Amino acid sequence: MSKARERAAARVFFALGDGTRLSVVQKLGTGGALSATSLSAGAKVTRQAIVKHLRVLEDAGIVTPERNGREVLYALEPRKLDEARGFLDGIAAGWDRALERLRVLVEEPAQARSSPK
Amino acid sequence: MTTDKIEKRVTLKAPVSRVWRAIADAREFGRWFGFTLEGEFTPGKAMRGTFDGQLDEAALIEHQKKLGVRPSKVKAAALDTSFCTVERIEPERYFSFRWIPYGIDAEADVANEPTTLVEFRLEPVAEGTLLTIVESGFDRVPAHRRERAFRMNEGGWAMQTQNVRRHVEGT
Repeated sequence: MSKARERAAARVFFALGDGTRLSVVQKLGTGGALSATSLSAGAKVTRQAIVKHLRVLEDAGIVTPERNGREVLYALEPRKLDEARGFLDGIAAGWDRALERLRVLVEEPAQARSSPK
Repeated sequence: MTTDKIEKRVTLKAPVSRVWRAIADAREFGRWFGFTLEGEFTPGKAMRGTFDGQLDEAALIEHQKKLGVRPSKVKAAALDTSFCTVERIEPERYFSFRWIPYGIDAEADVANEPTTLVEFRLEPVAEGTLLTIVESGFDRVPAHRRERAFRMNEGGWAMQTQNVRRHVEGT
């Protein structure tokens, strides 16, 4: 149903709306399934914090845990991200969205477009 | 509230010359609009091209349900699609074209339906450029898809953002 889909999308966007969780999603996207321990290696937060963030991502359906021996590996659920993208594509129709893209294009710094060097 | 036209005003932090290029240069227009155009904008010319990316029919139908209009399928993406016919070009001031509003609607009869007029007006202001976009002529769009075309082009971006926020803050 439409309402349910809307709520699911809102949960996904909420879960992605955090720097640490976003970088976890990025790592899983490039590195495949990883444990909380390997995800916290090199992160600025503790393993404990990563576990909490993983729970939020799991609740939103973005990651799924898989038991692998004594470890739990977290894998990305690409279908969930595709659904969220579809939601954004749907609202990308219309002048409001087009105008936001125009704004980004004309307001970007001039040197980014024609660098002297 | 008028049902015939959509009007959008936005102040852009860029000089008129920059905004003009983004609108009147067909290649730049395509970059922000998400449609790759063939050739240059010339008065009277029928512009053709291809949508960038894929149309997500399911998402568009969901969006229409949310807007409260009767949902309709979209046409299969064609490589060479008619986009608009250019009306008038007044450098750095005014640009207009006619098109079939929400022409990807499977229920749109693009060969026979009346078009809407899309006008861009540019004005220098202290912060940069005041751009006004007016799309008019919706009252002549066939009744069975008039509201859908209007609401889809109107673009309830602000409303959708609010919807997401409300749900996030509510849970």
